[in-house]
Amino acid sequence: MKTHVIVFPGSNCDRDVAVAIQNIIGSSPEMVWHKDSTINQSDLIVVPGGFSYGDYLRCGAMASTSPIMKSVIENANKGVPVMGICNGFQILIESGLLQGALMRNSSLSFICRDIIIKPTNTKTIFTNKSTISKMPIAHNEGNYFANSNQIKEIEDNDQIAFQYCDENGDINSHSNPNGSINNIAGVFNKSKNVLGMMPHPERAAESIHGCDDGRNIFESLLS
Amino acid sequence: MTSSNWQFDTEKSLVESHGLKLDEFEKIVEGLGREPNLTELGIFSAMWNEHCSYKSSKYWLKKLPTSGERVIQGPGENAGVIDIDDGDVAVFKMESHNHPSFLEPYQGAATGVGGILRDVFTMGARPVANMNALRFGDPNHPKTKHLVSGVVGGIGGYGNCIGIPTVGGEVNFHPSYNGNILVNAMTVGIAKKDKIFYSAAAGIGNPVVYVGSKTGRDGIHGATMASAEFDDDSEEKKPTVQVGDPFTEKLLLEACLELMKEDAIIAIQDMGAAGLTSSSIEMASKGNVGIDINLSKVPMRAANMTAYELMLSESQERMLMVIQPKKEELARSIFKKWDLEFEVIGEVTDTKKLILHMDGEEQASIPINILVEDAPEYQRDYIVNDPSPLISFESKDFEDKDILSDLLKMISHPNLCSRKWIWEQYDHMVMADTVVRPGSDAAVVRVHGTNKGIAISTDCSPTYCRHNSYEGGKHAVVETWRNIVASGAEPIAITDCMNFGNPEKPEIMGQFVECIRGMGDACSKLNYPVISGNVSLYNETNGEGIYPTPAIGGVGLIRDLSNTMTIDLKNEGNVLCLIGESNNHLGNSHYLSIIQSREDGGTPSINLDDELKNGKFILDCVAKKLLKSVHDVGEGGVLVAIAEMCISGMQGIKIDITKDFLHGFFFGEDQARYLVEVSQNKLEQIEVDANKSAVKIERIGEIGGTSISINSIGEIELSSLIDHHTKWFNEF
Repeated sequence: MKTHVIVFPGSNCDRDVAVAIQNIIGSSPEMVWHKDSTINQSDLIVVPGGFSYGDYLRCGAMASTSPIMKSVIENANKGVPVMGICNGFQILIESGLLQGALMRNSSLSFICRDIIIKPTNTKTIFTNKSTISKMPIAHNEGNYFANSNQIKEIEDNDQIAFQYCDENGDINSHSNPNGSINNIAGVFNKSKNVLGMMPHPERAAESIHGCDDGRNIFESLLS
Repeated sequence: MTSSNWQFDTEKSLVESHGLKLDEFEKIVEGLGREPNLTELGIFSAMWNEHCSYKSSKYWLKKLPTSGERVIQGPGENAGVIDIDDGDVAVFKMESHNHPSFLEPYQGAATGVGGILRDVFTMGARPVANMNALRFGDPNHPKTKHLVSGVVGGIGGYGNCIGIPTVGGEVNFHPSYNGNILVNAMTVGIAKKDKIFYSAAAGIGNPVVYVGSKTGRDGIHGATMASAEFDDDSEEKKPTVQVGDPFTEKLLLEACLELMKEDAIIAIQDMGAAGLTSSSIEMASKGNVGIDINLSKVPMRAANMTAYELMLSESQERMLMVIQPKKEELARSIFKKWDLEFEVIGEVTDTKKLILHMDGEEQASIPINILVEDAPEYQRDYIVNDPSPLISFESKDFEDKDILSDLLKMISHPNLCSRKWIWEQYDHMVMADTVVRPGSDAAVVRVHGTNKGIAISTDCSPTYCRHNSYEGGKHAVVETWRNIVASGAEPIAITDCMNFGNPEKPEIMGQFVECIRGMGDACSKLNYPVISGNVSLYNETNGEGIYPTPAIGGVGLIRDLSNTMTIDLKNEGNVLCLIGESNNHLGNSHYLSIIQSREDGGTPSINLDDELKNGKFILDCVAKKLLKSVHDVGEGGVLVAIAEMCISGMQGIKIDITKDFLHGFFFGEDQARYLVEVSQNKLEQIEVDANKSAVKIERIGEIGGTSISINSIGEIELSSLIDHHTKWFNEF
């Protein structure tokens, strides 16, 4: 499987996701610099977490116009699997590959802790091995919002990827860490080859992390 | 010297506004053989202030043990370096950013983190963990909430963006910090033993290169501000606080580490306090050479900056390097790739002088030795006050006190309650190597790509130091040592951040001297040397000094991460045992302070032989896989430690003990103690081993249920403990 990880100057989870890909998928990804303009022949493109260009403006807004994102969009439109984690999710939204918006957390502060998510649609390339999973979040702007028309469209088309839930899988306000609408933690594009998610599966990918539930997303891609 | 016989052309007020004493100015004139111009005066001011020159502390700091078989670099460089086997080294240091953080908490704390990160990656290390030690005033003081929010936001804002996990720290509240909070930031990095970079300039004619951000007018005189007391007008000093840009620091980090893979850098120095002045002078001084700088070449953020401003600016995210002339283009291309400034601004010379030009005119010419070796050094007068007297408490003093309701009051107090609200605002997992997250005794971070880890702990009990500076100094060192042992690691070395009041007052200087003596004795006995550090004096407002606060950051090594220990209770049926002697020491305890609003009774004394013996016993038990969890018994005593283990592991316990003086046993703060969880089938072995090693061990109770229950007293549900433990910050 040929994989690519995009590296913006302020990416800081690029190495972490590369390690997870190497460990789980079994081959090391090609790291692609933001000033490059083409990605040829990919089976998976990951836009990792971090602070792309510092994110002093709206998160991901500058990164969405970087040279490499043109190629990411082209690949996504061709059906190549593209996955955005945390800041990567923000960038995919700003690029127009995913619907909605990511606002500041309802607590108005950065949150780093384990949360639990439930896959809403397990018939996709990213989630066919997914179950209720524990993994960390670490963000300031992860409060997903979409207007009622968009939400209806997303729901009707099974585009919700993950929702925050409790240990029993119940989706309730108590288990929602950032105020996101309908507890949404991740969404797909219409054709389900683009996934954006706030939680970090690469930080729950080996026993030393205290939990390795994040592996199932990468394992899904293998099957 | 009085104003009447002031025989210089330079205005006396100008000298004083630069924080220099009149006799220090005389020394400058003597050294130069003439009066300095304004730029030169600014340079002397920057180099001779307390923050940069250590003029009051140097004499005493030399008394600390700084060498050991694992020490590769002790104090004197940007950071200290220790050997962690397999050709790897750990590079670390702690530094204060107290004065700026009080004036502007977010930026003050953020740039504190930025500064200490640069100190570590300047040495060639990739930073892998940030820690901190924070002190705030009375929880009810009107400024406290604003300062806590700002400092926590600033630490998180910088660390989260640059992508280095903030894995732990400590926070205390005490009225002595009402006018001077303390923000001490520590960074640990990992490098290869054969790829460490130093700051000594070398090679006459080699280019001196400026990299990073442009220079602006921010932070001028920051280090001088940090070397003075505060008064009611201190708000006016806000413009001396710098503004941080963690994104640029991330670029600088990556560009420097990329260039360090090439054989291009001869010397490198971070532009921290006193910016271009201290970095160029330190590089020249360490290399015993001179440096010529053409200031017109310095990348500037503002128009028409003067030589004076350029030399004293503390704009952040800048570095100075001496590089191999042949590698100049390669180096330039790397910094260009990362969109950073790269400018050759001068060269190494054999003049042993700092010579500055701007627009073709000489702006300064100062022999380096006058600035460095001839810098003032004081052996200030000191008085050692008698330690506060010990009070021996008895059971009858506490007959009307209920242990369980006292426990709830204690664990809900700001000084003992859960810090989760703070550390959830820090990304403590980025880099995906965090093994033990905040909330245990020590944080543990894996050395990337290996099965070994670094354990890190910061600690200090200022109340102990205030009432007995010698034992308090010992305690600060020992507490970090014990925390590291409790995580299953071998303690190796420390960094210190010496926060005190005005050293010109003999009582304050006496506290400093005694803390150093205590620290030195503990370091020597435990083979736990000081490898880096920082001194912050003049932490006073309107003449009122802070409590003596020698904050310590300790680092240890876990060779096999499967031996990592945490505080959370693991399994029902296991037995909790107490290691170490209990003598009901309630003096200056959290119990007295929280429950009785008393601050007396004396600091507990520390028997270093017992510390060593008990700590070694714990590590032996860890190696034999006898323990399930370990927690050092520290602030608040045995019952608070038990409550923390229960909350952390979501396990209850049935405590079954017989004691004459239950309050003394449960809340006393005797030292050299640990709580350990042992499975039933290992219980006999550990008791036999303890007896052989002459280590006191006693069974406390059996793990299980959903409450802490104490025979003959009663019980509290875990859910109630958690509510009380998290209440204060949740309502913050």
